[in-house]
Amino acid sequence: MTTRTATGAEVSITGLTVGYGGEPVLHGINLDMKPGEIVAVLGANGAGKSTLLRTLAGLVRPTAGTIDLFRSDITGLRTEDRARRGLALVPDGQSVVAELSVDENLRLGALWRHRGPARARAIGRVYELFEPLDRRRSSAGHQLSGGERQMLAIGRALVAEPTLLAVDEPSLGLAPRVVADLMAVLRDASARTGLTILLAEQNVTSALSIADRGVVLSLGRIVADAPAETLSNDAALRHAYLGF
Amino acid sequence: MNRIAPALTGTRRTIVFGAVLTVLAIAGTFGLDPYRNFQLATIVAYFCAVAGLTLLVGLTGQLSLGHAALMAVGGYAYALTANLATDWGLDGVPRFLLGMLGALVVSTVHGLLLGLAGARLQGPYLAGVTLAIAIALPAVTAQFSGVLGGDQGLQIAYEGVPEIFSRLIVVEQWHAWVSILIAGVVVTALAAVRRSALGLKMRAVRDDETAARLSGVPAARVKVIAFTLSSVAAGAGGAALCFVTQSISPGAYTLAFSLLLVVAAVVGGLGSIGGAALGAALIVLLPWLVGTVTDAFEMSADLEQRLSGNLGLLVFGGLLIVVMLARPGGLASIGLRRGRGRTAPPRSPSPFGPAASAAAPTDSPADEADTDRTGVKEVAVHVPTERER
Amino acid sequence: MDHLLFLLATGLARGAIFALFALSLVLIWRAARIINFAQGAMALVATYVAFAVTGLSGSYWVGLTAGILAGAVIGFGVERGLMRFTKDSHPLAGIIVAIGLVMVLQALLGIFFGQQHRPMQTPFSDSPLLWGDTPLLSPYDLFVLVVALGVMGVMALLFNRTSLGLQLRASAFAPEVSRVLGVRVSRMVTIGWMLSAAVAALAAMLLVPTELGLNPHSTDVLFIYAFTVAVVGGLDSPVGALIGGLVVGVAMTLVTGYIGATVAPIGVLVLLLLVLLVRPGGIFSMREARSA
Ligand SMILES: Nc1ncnc2c1ncn2[C@@H]1O[C@H](COP(=O)(O)OP(=O)(O)O)[C@@H](O)[C@H]1O
Ligand SMILES: [Mg+2]
Repeated sequence: MTTRTATGAEVSITGLTVGYGGEPVLHGINLDMKPGEIVAVLGANGAGKSTLLRTLAGLVRPTAGTIDLFRSDITGLRTEDRARRGLALVPDGQSVVAELSVDENLRLGALWRHRGPARARAIGRVYELFEPLDRRRSSAGHQLSGGERQMLAIGRALVAEPTLLAVDEPSLGLAPRVVADLMAVLRDASARTGLTILLAEQNVTSALSIADRGVVLSLGRIVADAPAETLSNDAALRHAYLGF
Repeated sequence: MNRIAPALTGTRRTIVFGAVLTVLAIAGTFGLDPYRNFQLATIVAYFCAVAGLTLLVGLTGQLSLGHAALMAVGGYAYALTANLATDWGLDGVPRFLLGMLGALVVSTVHGLLLGLAGARLQGPYLAGVTLAIAIALPAVTAQFSGVLGGDQGLQIAYEGVPEIFSRLIVVEQWHAWVSILIAGVVVTALAAVRRSALGLKMRAVRDDETAARLSGVPAARVKVIAFTLSSVAAGAGGAALCFVTQSISPGAYTLAFSLLLVVAAVVGGLGSIGGAALGAALIVLLPWLVGTVTDAFEMSADLEQRLSGNLGLLVFGGLLIVVMLARPGGLASIGLRRGRGRTAPPRSPSPFGPAASAAAPTDSPADEADTDRTGVKEVAVHVPTERER
Repeated sequence: MDHLLFLLATGLARGAIFALFALSLVLIWRAARIINFAQGAMALVATYVAFAVTGLSGSYWVGLTAGILAGAVIGFGVERGLMRFTKDSHPLAGIIVAIGLVMVLQALLGIFFGQQHRPMQTPFSDSPLLWGDTPLLSPYDLFVLVVALGVMGVMALLFNRTSLGLQLRASAFAPEVSRVLGVRVSRMVTIGWMLSAAVAALAAMLLVPTELGLNPHSTDVLFIYAFTVAVVGGLDSPVGALIGGLVVGVAMTLVTGYIGATVAPIGVLVLLLLVLLVRPGGIFSMREARSA
């Protein structure tokens, strides 16, 4: 994906407490990620997955706790500055800019990272990765199918060559076939560039199929943190928190 | 208020309260000299319009930038009807009542038509339309100058003191009485609406129109009614002003005046009727105060001319910005804070010194009697709490 | 018939100014979701700057440039100093603060420059050229048309062909997603205000010489016309602003020419009400939403 020797981010989240005015939604979350690691955040609807990712991106302010990226504290940084430090968020809901074309969406993602011909090359690599997008370069965001929109959202994050990618429920509302393809893209990106990925999912099987490690969120607390394999095999845990 | 009249509740309490304040205000006119009574009559006429505006903005969230034009509609209707009555040989009270009837009917119809258009519009659009109305007013009066008298406007016959009072009061005081009576009726009605089921629906529409509609509130109809009520109140204020000044012309109802009414409503506190009284007093007295202050300084005629009018405008614009950004609840919300303590007297509208006596801040026509101060406090305490619902 | 051609040509020039000013309203609407009721007063202050600088330097062009720059500076100041803070306040705070600003600016202009009308010079003659015996349009009208259409063209290029334009559009449509992608959205909002205020200043400077002259209320009516144009064209639509401006300009000039100047404001009011009642989203809003 890149010519740079990319290293994935080292992330350390400590004592993170987040609320929307009332009771906290996340209670003192601790989570460390090694460079190149893929961590799945699992949990039911309303567990706090999106809140965790949005706080990581700076869209929500924590009431307590710190977030370190590459051992430097980014808790006070604005969203756009975190992005420029290599932190990319793919928000939930296949969030493309509906009024902009596919090409413009990708250019937007690449703006701060690449200039001139390098930008065109980076965008070209996304088109190689997601062929359906290549055919729809000038279509507006709102004309795409759900799968295409999710590809665009992920491609738009990858085009900036982040070191930490946070993806919020990419599988939601998509066909299993498309989900599998997207997961493969994420796994390959991590394998190729050492990208660190935080993947929030309710679709446990898909997420654990590519994750190194999984953490289970329940009502805003981490109730399990274990290697993916252990989680898949722990019937009691699966039953208690993941519903299968 | 419960302390004063614990047995009264709801609409009846509002009516009694309004009546008491009206009587007190009329009594208060005996303490004022003719010029002050004229100022009072003006303030009270403005109060009508500002109360209507504050209800519209505060309760339904619709902003009108053309309320002076709506006043003018009432004023012109009053003048036309009263002049017709003069031709029929009527005068005095019958002529006045007929004129008021004309003003109210025309204001209702006009407000209804505009409200129908406005109900479909959100904030900025209605604001733009009403702004356009304010700007079009001179064009309308020029276009129909045969009826409306063009730039000159219309004159009405002199309204002297009726026979029975002629030994008691002078004409300025009589005009103040009439103005107070009009405002007393109109504002009491508005206050009753404010605390009625309709008032509740208005707030529901303001807070979330879609949600209100989903829970069965006919949002569009509520907005039309609100705009119509507001237009009638403004029209009544315009009629009162026409009665007091015995004339009406487009030059008295400019865009600047419309914006001044917004200042009064905002600075007083959007949605608060007590605040509307404070605001109305403010927009009459502040320019006068500024004039008095600048008169005290020696300056060239040119500078004086530049300052006159503009200095007041500057202060009003600044007030509007500061209040909106720092304290969107306006003066009424300050009254609330102070009032909670139950010890400190409510803040008077501004440090006017003696002038404040001419415009005691009340929920209804002004009065300088000390007893009424208690009423002020009650209003200041009561009104915003209900608004915060 | 001769008269008609002349009115059409003048109307187009006038309409181009309305369109330009309406475009400035659209720019702010797209950047900040605010209809800036102070746009006229802000543009007027810039016009006074142009007037003063022209007086000092003796050059119309230096004054024009100064006025445009002043417009941008005022836009910056108003956004950073006032409008930014209206977001978390009362829902009507944006409009009401803008109204307060209008009063402050007009009062200051009145205090510093007085209420009298001050004639502004034009760089070209404003008496109409003849085509045969038929009066057509004046060199100044031609200048206005060229400048207004030129500026709109430049804006279109800026928004559709440059990275800055891409970021401006993205920030307007999807501020949160844009921030996640590293776009400095709040800077984009400020730039939007600066561009908008500069365009409005230009429009006002083009219009005032054709009117009675410069006075603290010179742009009151311009604002209403441009507001109408923006509503007719759809607040989200720059193309709508252009077409709406030309239509309203021609219509108003015809009304003024054939019926009388006093009817024009009534005509605008009627048009505004009609459009809002029949098609509240504006006439061009649908198509634009698809193609933007
Ligand atoms: N913008 C918001 N305002 C208030 N509460 C919110 C907001 N977003 C999420 N919540 C609440 O926070 C909790 C966690 O939500 P979320 O992080 O979206 O969970 P998940 O992504 O795991 O479904 C839920 O109870 C939800 O209702
Ligand atoms: Mg979620």
